[in-house]
Amino acid sequence: MNQPKIDLSPKVSDEIRKTTCYMCACRCGINVHLKDGQVAYIEGNRDHPVNKGVLCAKGSAGIMQHNAPSRLKAPLKRVGPRGSGEFEEISWDEAYQIAADWLEPIRNENPEKLAFFTGRDQSQSFTSFWAQAFGTPNYAAHGGFCSVNMAAAGIYTMGGAFWEFGQPDWDHTKLFMLFGVAEDHDSNPIKMGIGKIKGRGARVIGVNPIRTGYNAVADDWVGITPGTDGLFILSMIHCLMKAGKIDLNYLAQYTDAPVLLNCDEKSTEYGLYLRDENGKQLVIDRTTGKLAAFDKPGVRPDLSATHRAKGITHVPVFHNMAKLYLSDAYAPEAVTERCGISAKRIRAIAAEIGRVAFEEAFELDQEWTDFRGETHKTMTGRPVSFHAMRGISAHANGFQTCRALHTLQIILGTVEVPGGFRFKPPYPKPATAHPKPHIGMTPGAPLNGPHLGFVQGPDDLALKDDGTPARIDKAFTWENPMSSHGLMHMVISNAHAGDPYKIDTLFMYMANMSWNSSMNTGGVMEMLTDKDENGEYVIPHIIYSDAYASEMVAYSDLILPDTTYLERHDCISLLDRPICEADAAADAIRWPVVEPDRNVKGFQSALCDLGAKLGLPGFVNDDGSQKYADYADYITNHERRPGIGPLAGWRLGEKGLQSGRGGVNASQIDNYIDNGGFFVKHIPDGAQYYKPWNMKYQEWAVGMGLFDSPQPYLFSLYVEPMRKFQLAAEGHGERQPPEHLRQRIKDTMSPLPIWYETDQQGNEGFTINALTQRPMAMYHSWGSQNAWLRQLHGHNPLYLPTKLMRRNDLTDGDWARVSSPHGEITVPVMEMAALNENTVWTWNAIGKRKGAWALDRDAPEATKGFLLNHLIHELLPPKADGMRWANSDPITGQAAWFDLKVRIEKTVAPKESRPEYPPIKSPVGQGPDTLAWKVGK
Amino acid sequence: MHPAPSVIFFSVFSGLGFGLLVWLGLGIPAVTGGSAFAFFAIAYLLAVGGLISSTFHLGHPERALKAFSQWRSSWLSREACCAVAALVLMGLYGLGLVFFDARWTLLGVLGALFSIATVFTTSMIYAQLKTVPRWHMPLTPLNFLSLSFAGGALLAGQVTAAAILILLAGGIQLLTWIMGDKRLAESGTDMASATRLGNIGTVRAFEPPHTGTNYLLREFVHVIGRKHARKLRIIALVLMCLLPVLLLLLPFNHILAVFAVLAHVAGVLTARWLFFAQAEHVVGLYYGKR
Amino acid sequence: MTTLPEQTDKKLGLVIDLDTCVGCHACVISCKGWNTENYGAPLSDQDPYGANPSGTFLNRVHSYEVQPDQGTAQLIHFPKSCLHCEDAPCVTVCPTGASYKRVEDGIVLVNESDCIGCGLCAWACPYGAREMDQEEKVMKKCTLCVDRIYNENLPEIDREPVCVRTCPAGARHFGDLGDPNSAVSQLVKDRGGVDLMPEQGTKPVNKYLPPRPKDALPEIDVLAPYLDPVIGEPKGFLGWLDKALEKI
Repeated sequence: MNQPKIDLSPKVSDEIRKTTCYMCACRCGINVHLKDGQVAYIEGNRDHPVNKGVLCAKGSAGIMQHNAPSRLKAPLKRVGPRGSGEFEEISWDEAYQIAADWLEPIRNENPEKLAFFTGRDQSQSFTSFWAQAFGTPNYAAHGGFCSVNMAAAGIYTMGGAFWEFGQPDWDHTKLFMLFGVAEDHDSNPIKMGIGKIKGRGARVIGVNPIRTGYNAVADDWVGITPGTDGLFILSMIHCLMKAGKIDLNYLAQYTDAPVLLNCDEKSTEYGLYLRDENGKQLVIDRTTGKLAAFDKPGVRPDLSATHRAKGITHVPVFHNMAKLYLSDAYAPEAVTERCGISAKRIRAIAAEIGRVAFEEAFELDQEWTDFRGETHKTMTGRPVSFHAMRGISAHANGFQTCRALHTLQIILGTVEVPGGFRFKPPYPKPATAHPKPHIGMTPGAPLNGPHLGFVQGPDDLALKDDGTPARIDKAFTWENPMSSHGLMHMVISNAHAGDPYKIDTLFMYMANMSWNSSMNTGGVMEMLTDKDENGEYVIPHIIYSDAYASEMVAYSDLILPDTTYLERHDCISLLDRPICEADAAADAIRWPVVEPDRNVKGFQSALCDLGAKLGLPGFVNDDGSQKYADYADYITNHERRPGIGPLAGWRLGEKGLQSGRGGVNASQIDNYIDNGGFFVKHIPDGAQYYKPWNMKYQEWAVGMGLFDSPQPYLFSLYVEPMRKFQLAAEGHGERQPPEHLRQRIKDTMSPLPIWYETDQQGNEGFTINALTQRPMAMYHSWGSQNAWLRQLHGHNPLYLPTKLMRRNDLTDGDWARVSSPHGEITVPVMEMAALNENTVWTWNAIGKRKGAWALDRDAPEATKGFLLNHLIHELLPPKADGMRWANSDPITGQAAWFDLKVRIEKTVAPKESRPEYPPIKSPVGQGPDTLAWKVGK
Repeated sequence: MHPAPSVIFFSVFSGLGFGLLVWLGLGIPAVTGGSAFAFFAIAYLLAVGGLISSTFHLGHPERALKAFSQWRSSWLSREACCAVAALVLMGLYGLGLVFFDARWTLLGVLGALFSIATVFTTSMIYAQLKTVPRWHMPLTPLNFLSLSFAGGALLAGQVTAAAILILLAGGIQLLTWIMGDKRLAESGTDMASATRLGNIGTVRAFEPPHTGTNYLLREFVHVIGRKHARKLRIIALVLMCLLPVLLLLLPFNHILAVFAVLAHVAGVLTARWLFFAQAEHVVGLYYGKR
Repeated sequence: MTTLPEQTDKKLGLVIDLDTCVGCHACVISCKGWNTENYGAPLSDQDPYGANPSGTFLNRVHSYEVQPDQGTAQLIHFPKSCLHCEDAPCVTVCPTGASYKRVEDGIVLVNESDCIGCGLCAWACPYGAREMDQEEKVMKKCTLCVDRIYNENLPEIDREPVCVRTCPAGARHFGDLGDPNSAVSQLVKDRGGVDLMPEQGTKPVNKYLPPRPKDALPEIDVLAPYLDPVIGEPKGFLGWLDKALEKI
């Protein structure tokens, strides 16, 4: 045998540069291999805390994104009508001048005329800083149409949420239950975690109407009816409470279950916590039988004892919980039909959860001291963990559903304990430690504080003196009082309607609002192109920044071309959404591993330039000169508070470099680069669990600059601010809701989690649930421009359960007309058996507008692909009184994407999926006919 | 399987050409000089033309010489060797007949044997493939060989032999279809064995790996035209078998003979198209297709 | 060369865990990336931004829906690449000797400079593991990252196929299946790893670990004691509260 001699040790690359991925929001560490100065290959960084070397399909396909023909090449000025895609290239100076000519008068006269909203932004602490300096109250990122319910419910309830802000204790958990998760956030860590626990033989239970991805590998799949997760969870809470399978010790010590509530229906404080003169929640101490502040050293809060003072009875929160959840209304038999899960199965799952939490409990031999000064010899593990995302939050009852899930976690005593759910720094951080929304506007001056935050009651609403909304998106109003992330999905329709007021300039970043990022896509295109009686656009100016020729580019007047993620500086900051792990604080950077070959600029650097040109405080020096040459300069030199900057690693201390707090270090970015693009600081032993109450953690967090003094707190099974809104609706207090919202506030703002049917108004005849999921290999609209990824998902069928296929006489490849109260689409169908029998679904954001993303006009994304967005309106059909309420959660304003109901009929196959829109002109031409990508020799 | 025209033409025409060479090698008809030249020209045109057309489907025909190296294991390599050997031997033999009026019998017999071997090795390229159960049976070489001999006889003007052989070949063709239709089921390869998931339940292909097509689907999953298979089989049999035999039974006439040949060739081409188009490669099972 | 070695020193291959694969396609794209840049010709794409995009991939992830006689349907993601068979039919059919099975480790490779692009090896493979590159016109297939696993320019920990290195769920394992004591052989033994299409007689080296039984959580009877009510007879929630609190 004489085999060919092959080179078994070829040179892999000239150089590896380590940066952070941006193919989705997961923020994995990547090794970018370069040959001859070009990107040759991308792999995961083994040292990185997020992905530990692994990388998903998107990450590995980064080379195709970085080189995509859809990349914008230079600033663009619109020359044709809006929506045509006709542009001319201009210089950056001209672009800045155009922007300044629009923005300067706004700032000096009425800053609210600027609406600045960012989409898949990973620099929100910076963009919000810019917007604050500008002085407009109208700033938010895309959380409102993404998953604010999840974030807000988590933070209001327990000071931290799922998303990427916490994680199961993968090393110890024995039962992992996930609700409505399809690659939403934290995608690689969840895959790694599932792989790890399945390798150990731990059970995974998936609750999702659709059995794909994580649910496909789940040991048990619960194909729940969409929108009923809260009811299912509350029923399990019912079973567990009834059986006493709850952690009373945990509830008494670490939650507000023992905190006393005012029980006098006539009191203006009915339902509010009993507090001492310092505002501290009061409990009855079991050892003394007397009232005590919850955090008094040595206090043993009593879950049962009531208290009578000044003629008013006070009972612990736990009483109200028991009363509510032991009710037969939550018995499995009462919910089975609505949830589509047999009563037996609900009991079985509840029993299994209870069994694992209590029968398989274990102790970690780790001493720790709580905030009451008590030292515990061990840490008790309750190895049941949960995760949930958009599937449960993108419903109009999503906030309460997310709260219900957190309640389930808490009564099991499985948050921040071994085997349970763990926060990642900067969490835990209670809602009260977050800012409140700010709307204090002065022409020519900055806003009086951060735009977004956590309201604590009606006083914190973003209302003008006349009671009208202060913000263009109507966030923090009676319609959605706790809208912590704003309502990006309402900006364009509100601005178009001039309700609550008209704006002058819409400034957006990385948000494909004229296509897949909007409800009512066709309507949004009309709003963006609509003209008033003078022939002027109703929304006069639109500035947009994107790296690629997305659908939104065509609808903008001025384009600021962004770089690709390999050409830019970024910081994934502890001030924003860092890359921490449950046992470490961590942040990361991006840096230009290659320089752009086009006339483009990182958007944040462009904001530094534009901020300086406008003379915004924080962006100019005392002499009026530009303060930050670019974003890298900002990252290095900006200090939010003394000693606290965007990056926590390698800050300058008295004795050299240090972590967390410290002065500016001019070489900080180089230090990050030398360390592989990230910084990690481990939480010391003994501080890794029970973080909200663990003094060692609290002190460590203060040292790191996560907060300025220890702030232990109780979990809020009972969210008092919600009760305050109810009180207002009941007629108490000065700020009163409008009459038409009074009842809804009373009904939905229950301070203990409840479940209610999402608004079915006008849905008669539309009985089938319609959902979307994100494929693991695509991120929003981005994947279609990627030559490798678009081969995986070039078009998307509508998946129908077997029963609906049969009923409509459909077979694979047939076409169906799918209609909702709002619209109609005609699309190809496919059968799927592992699917809730009354639910249809498709992949998200595969459908594309002809001419966008540098694809051919006959690309399958445009001819066979489709969006469900056309079926979803930002407003619900009119009620009896003619009012149209937002298609949003009434508490947070989260877009209720998944409340969609449709009707399906078989139809003859059209030439292309419908609706069809005319092509837009590509500002960058079209891609090549063949690819054989190889760089180097 | 994708019915690539180059492979269909190659196998049909080289089969005819080598079939004719078999007869010529055995000295039937016993021609020399100009008429020998004519016969040999036709045979070489078909055989060599077929071989050349077979290179059209090669990615790198310039490396074709390498294909002679693996005769120990590869039927394709053997075919190449046999074809060259047959053509060289028959070339020398033909040289003798045409220019020297000499019949070097041993050379002719050897050439005929290599011509048979060429057709046989061609057929074995397909018959060896377990992955295409319809081809993976002894009837495949019989089918190729019988058609080659029959076609050769027809071209060699051997009316009686041709009529008998054509009927025989037709019978074998019919049998090949009948048996072939059962082969996939008999092979034991199905979605359950492909995925090994059959013990859980009934396996159905869900999302394909890529939404678009790929080399495998283009090459191995050809379903277009299969629904006309029955009609095409009848047409093939009529053209390949019944019509030529009918024409041969009529008093001999060169025009009729030409029609007989044309009908036969058209029939074999049709049958060969079906040979590919109807063949199910087991890889299709991974895509839920056959 | 196209004869198969009597035996190979090692049987390097993959073990793919169908119980864990979430179908993310990470292996597909990392493979595309590495093999576009490394061994042989790049993996090309035709019409990459057009109506009918299609390219060469050495690894593809299928998905199957399996309907048990009783109970709910299951979805199983199914990655598939060359199985580096012991009796590799793709090797023996090769007329030029371009296809061969390495004696050292059993890896099946194509020597591209000898490949005439006849496609017969792809015909002979029951698994669809070989794809003709439409640009280079040579046969491409999984090399088991032969240019990684011994590569002295890579840190030792990275000397494994890219698909294994990148797999987020850890559903892919690499090792010597000829060594009964190797981790992969143990895994195959413990989990009942199987061959694909065993009746084809190819003796694949790569093994597939079948999914564990699904939806097997017993419906209540076994678990019922875990939900025994705190109090036998309902006496209102205060009664429950008293009883429940006795546990503290």
